[in-house]
Amino acid sequence: MAETSPTVQLLSPEGVLQTGATAEQYLPYIEALSDDQLRQFHRDMVITRRFDLEATNLQRQGQLALWPPSQGQEAAQVGSAHAMRPQDHVFPSYREHAVGLVRGVDAVDIVRLMRGVTNGGWNPAECGNFHLYTLVLGSQSLHSTGYAMGIAFDGASATGNPETDEAVVVYFGDGATSQGDVSEALVYAASFQTPQLFFLQNNHWAISVPVSVQSRTPLYLRAEGFGVPSTRVDGNDVLASYAVSRKYLDETRAGGGPRFIEAMTYRIGAHTTSDDPTKYRQNEELNSWIARDPIARFEAWLRSRGESDSFFVELAAEAEDFAADVRKRTVELGPPSADLIFDNVYSEPHPVMDVQKQWLGDYEASFGAGV
Amino acid sequence: MSAAMEELPLAKALTAGLRKALGDDRKVLLMGEDIGPLGGVFRVTEGLQAEFGTNRVFDTPLAESGIVGTAIGLALRGYRPVCEIQFDGFIFPAFDQITTQLAKMTSRHEGQVHMPVVIRVPYGGHIGAVEHHQESPEAYFAHTPGLRVVSPSTANDAYWMIQEAIASNDPVLFFEPKSRYWNKGPVNRVASEVPLHASRIARVGSHVTVVGHGAMVTVLLQAAELAEAEGTSVEVVDLRSLSPIDYAPILESVQKTGRLIVASEAPGFASLTSEIAATVAERAFYSLEAPVLRVNAFDTPFPPAKLESTYLPDADRVLEAVDRALAY
Repeated sequence: MAETSPTVQLLSPEGVLQTGATAEQYLPYIEALSDDQLRQFHRDMVITRRFDLEATNLQRQGQLALWPPSQGQEAAQVGSAHAMRPQDHVFPSYREHAVGLVRGVDAVDIVRLMRGVTNGGWNPAECGNFHLYTLVLGSQSLHSTGYAMGIAFDGASATGNPETDEAVVVYFGDGATSQGDVSEALVYAASFQTPQLFFLQNNHWAISVPVSVQSRTPLYLRAEGFGVPSTRVDGNDVLASYAVSRKYLDETRAGGGPRFIEAMTYRIGAHTTSDDPTKYRQNEELNSWIARDPIARFEAWLRSRGESDSFFVELAAEAEDFAADVRKRTVELGPPSADLIFDNVYSEPHPVMDVQKQWLGDYEASFGAGV
Repeated sequence: MSAAMEELPLAKALTAGLRKALGDDRKVLLMGEDIGPLGGVFRVTEGLQAEFGTNRVFDTPLAESGIVGTAIGLALRGYRPVCEIQFDGFIFPAFDQITTQLAKMTSRHEGQVHMPVVIRVPYGGHIGAVEHHQESPEAYFAHTPGLRVVSPSTANDAYWMIQEAIASNDPVLFFEPKSRYWNKGPVNRVASEVPLHASRIARVGSHVTVVGHGAMVTVLLQAAELAEAEGTSVEVVDLRSLSPIDYAPILESVQKTGRLIVASEAPGFASLTSEIAATVAERAFYSLEAPVLRVNAFDTPFPPAKLESTYLPDADRVLEAVDRALAY
């Protein structure tokens, strides 16, 4: 069934711009992009991939507790991230490294979370409204819907001014679509007609369980059942991801109600560094997706448009520097203060926190006193 | 009674408190199942949607995880949502959002966001209802760091505590003794008498201390009345706050009486009563003349309603414990 479902693709795997009715509908969004913006798409994908590799290596070397690699999903993320406006809010799952970097998160802050020195990592208000990673699958879908309800209550969407009208994007995966919270978020979003884009990255595997176990129907069709218009895109095509996200964000911020995108992509690496995908995936499948690599495809297209070799050479060097900087700052990270255990559990004073923090301080101090 | 005082049923005191909070702060929202035109199944929100509009007081789809999950998003947006969970036994679909998200949001953000979310839960037995409609799940939430848990027993406390819970920047689980909704009591609209997280001496006594919250306070006061007829003076402490617990009045009382009984409608295993018993044993060991005794429901599911009077602790069960404590 999946093979027969229409999928928006603007760039073929060989990097050739598509023609035809579907492409015609979306190409104006691409034609409006400057050369610099297109270079930025590529830069963001290349930097993210190099960062992702470095973080994976850091985990292998004992510097991180865990790393969820994003390799293969860069186009889905970078395209949708660039379709947002500065005032938009983003509710990620835990693999949206490219989106975070585009929205202004410091890569080392993502690493800090995975190193175990924080349960958060960054202040969303200072990082492009990119909210914290959520490790319980699908939970953030309801937070995003509630946030979007608040935007609507505030009258901060649907005024007709796209420069100020706000919208929300929520990211989740194929595994999370089986969680009740995702269905409830769609129910609430439809009911309250939220300014919100549901962005599903179908990377085909929920750890070791294939998407066929999650659903017998193409996942984007589920949204239609909730009354939420939806489109499936080639998630390895950054232009398709950008254009469809842009169209849907324009519509939803203008008051058209929620929208849903299923981006078909593939997790080239493991679910996380704790996982061994060779136990459950076939090489042929992996290779077929490597042949559809999002970065190679976009590079081929940029070159066909006359992008100079020096751009790619310089970008590769920039990515190396980026990774080296992440490594340097990661290994320099110290342990958090024990105060982190107690501070901010509550926003207001709490007697139990005070007593236990005091007790721990006295207990620790007692070891130093007599020696 | 002074002009500032009026006699209200507990449910209507809650309505008055909610109305005041909605009027004072336009960021306060009420959300839940059937709370709009119907006014909630217990009519606590009656008239509030008509008064404040559908953007301030609104019905949600029938999904409790959705109620709490979207309330979290609304709080991130700067709202102060007050969620109604229709019955105690229906809070569990929201348990994940409450414990993994709501309770941890502020610490996960290292204080950069607040979670001023109130979850109102009509709780407890004595109403002869079907399964899932008479439970006392407070301890699950008191066990969870990051949440505050309170429960009023009087109309005056209902009026003030709901407003104080809404004003708190932390998530508050607000357990309403549904069997006492129609009990009338004086409400002082001018000034709150006790802080949100303070416990309160509900009746002064000298021989034995009994502690409880919510609907149990009525049972304890009844037991104290009966004991007095037999010459036993019982001091009753109304906990009001279940997390954090204000131990000072309890410890002072135990220092005076030397005997403590802790009572609740919930099963006693790993419960609030066991928590209080352990803490008082640690902190008032030399004042105790008898072991701390617990009076709970049985460690079973809530039985069919025709057995609820056998299952729930009543004044006689409290007095049986009083007699045992005095026998030491």
